[in-house]
Amino acid sequence: MKFIVCIKQVPDVSAPIQIRNGELSMDSDRMVINAYDASAVEEALVLTEKHGGSVDVVLIGPDKAKETIRKALAMGADAGHHIALEDGAGLDSAAYASILKAFFEKQSYDIIAVGKQSQDTDAGLAGSMLATHLNLPYAANAVGLELEDKTLVVKRQGDTGQEMIGLPTPCLVTCSNDMNNPRIPSLKGIMSSKKKPVETYTMDSLGLDLNSLRSDVVKTNTQSYKNMPAREPGKKFDGDAEELVGTLVNLLQNEAKVI
Amino acid sequence: MSTFLVFVATSDGKIKRSSLEVLSHARSQAEKRGMLLAAAVVDTDATRYSDEIQSYGAKTIYAISNPVFKTHLNASLIQALSTIIETAKPSIFACASTEATKDVLGALGASFNAAVLPDVASFELTDNGVSALRPVMAAKVLSQNTATGDLILISVRSGSYDSAKSPVTAEVKNIGFQPSDFAAVLREILTSAGEKVDLSEAQVVVAAGRGVKDEVGRKLIEDLSEVLGAAIGASRAVVETGLFPATAQIGQTGKVVSPQLYFAIGISGAVQHTAGMANSKVIVAINKDADAPIFQMATYGLVGDLFKILPLLTEELRKLK
Ligand SMILES: Cc1cc2nc3c(=O)[nH]c(=O)nc-3n(C[C@H](O)[C@H](O)[C@H](O)COP(=O)(O)OP(=O)(O)OC[C@H]3O[C@@H](n4cnc5c(N)ncnc54)[C@H](O)[C@@H]3O)c2cc1C
Ligand SMILES: Nc1ncnc2c1ncn2[C@@H]1O[C@H](COP(=O)(O)O)[C@@H](O)[C@H]1O
Repeated sequence: MKFIVCIKQVPDVSAPIQIRNGELSMDSDRMVINAYDASAVEEALVLTEKHGGSVDVVLIGPDKAKETIRKALAMGADAGHHIALEDGAGLDSAAYASILKAFFEKQSYDIIAVGKQSQDTDAGLAGSMLATHLNLPYAANAVGLELEDKTLVVKRQGDTGQEMIGLPTPCLVTCSNDMNNPRIPSLKGIMSSKKKPVETYTMDSLGLDLNSLRSDVVKTNTQSYKNMPAREPGKKFDGDAEELVGTLVNLLQNEAKVI
Repeated sequence: MSTFLVFVATSDGKIKRSSLEVLSHARSQAEKRGMLLAAAVVDTDATRYSDEIQSYGAKTIYAISNPVFKTHLNASLIQALSTIIETAKPSIFACASTEATKDVLGALGASFNAAVLPDVASFELTDNGVSALRPVMAAKVLSQNTATGDLILISVRSGSYDSAKSPVTAEVKNIGFQPSDFAAVLREILTSAGEKVDLSEAQVVVAAGRGVKDEVGRKLIEDLSEVLGAAIGASRAVVETGLFPATAQIGQTGKVVSPQLYFAIGISGAVQHTAGMANSKVIVAINKDADAPIFQMATYGLVGDLFKILPLLTEELRKLK
């Protein structure tokens, strides 16, 4: 099976965030592979180690984001595809899905794996948009994958339970980070990643024009940011267990009136 | 008159609370803008919800009934909602943000070439479309967004709005439906055992974290949740170890909950966890580390050992019953 995993470089959400005049600024050195995409890479590697096949990764982003492709290659992916886009400001999931569509129309693959969402925006749209553009069956929020002959068996996390879904290949799956813990690249992996092929594409070479993407495909815009309003600080108690329980039950009954 | 269509999700013969919240807010927005409020309901027996839906003010109800909707498969739900959207021709479509709607929203967006605002904390119709607030960066930041276009799809986080009735008499339109031959096949449903109260709908949630450690701790959580009639939630740490099912996970990867009362037990309060529970009305934290970040957002914080506190707490609460 040939996997192609879509990976995105995102800011580390645990880095300090500053907002000035509605604009978000973060330490641009602290960029990481989207955690959900790392799980998708991991699962593709596990399945190809078991059943044979190959794992490619594709990333849309600036030149600097190639480090994230290298990271996936160091984990064990075979080849990288870099769709060069220096300034992605103002593009939404629909735009990224359109760019990926143009890329995949010229590729051969059995399974496209994407993250269930970007960990910075939590949009969770590009995967199912891409599947729809390519007319592929898909399953979202996978917490486990298996291969049976030409079928990808997805265990997906639903609202009240899990669903086992059989997808005939070619297909697309969006992955949760509950599926696995992505491996840390070994030194050997890091060394060999430098020799692995990374092909670069331009918007032009994919037959795309950024201006028409912005005017025809992008329909949502982020205007500004603000800090999440903090909750009122509450009351904190220390003491022996009996005292604490007495205090709490009294407050829940008589102050908060929730029991 | 343009139409504001709300997808009303059902589960086990009941309309989900989160859908009624969306319907209530949609009604006030539709009124302000002189739009027709319509509802879409897709179920094995969709018309049985008509009374309740019209009591929330939907004037037209588009109903699709088919046995295929006994279980969830994205392809069938996409087909049904696409049929309703083609019939109702709404300019706005809204639904509650659940795993079932996250599974179809992007596909609807792509096939209708629509604008999509997923997982909003609030939204408002404007002259040019929709303006909405979305939590981003693991809910540390709120982003202000706009969407424009002939069709705008919105999903709303649970607990963002109160539900309120405003009865009308609705016209119910039954839409014919023949499920296509789907390439994807639902093979099996694995329900998590012991899930008695639906987490995302629950008024009281008892959530366990790494501090709960083992089976002994889990029993204490189960006892407390039972006496409170609460749903059990969990942090990723204890889902990872297999102590609690993934269905119970609350947070950025897991569910968003907004109960009246939330117990965070042995949970440190990482942003990826609090992203899913910060909207709870009253938060009780029990943690032996006085500096745990969860105390910064807890209404009531108890610094102590959960293994000592929980048995006493459960006993005290039992006495009150
Ligand atoms: C992309 C991404 C998505 C994520 N999504 C989620 C998500 O959806 N949900 C989620 O929960 N996490 C999520 N996480 C993980 C998150 O970052 C934290 O690792 C996780 O929430 C920690 O869980 P915890 O608080 O149970 O464990 P810890 O952080 O280890 O905290 C355990 C706490 O228990 C306390 N404790 C220990 N023993 C006792 C005792 N006897 N009595 C009282 N207190 C005790 C300790 O003082 C400590 O504060 C995500 C991470 C990433 C990167
Ligand atoms: N710039 C990008 N390059 C490659 N893949 C992407 C990019 N943006 C989004 N994706 C993929 O689409 C998934 C969902 O993205 P989103 O709709 O932003 O939540 C991500 O987890 C990635 O797998």
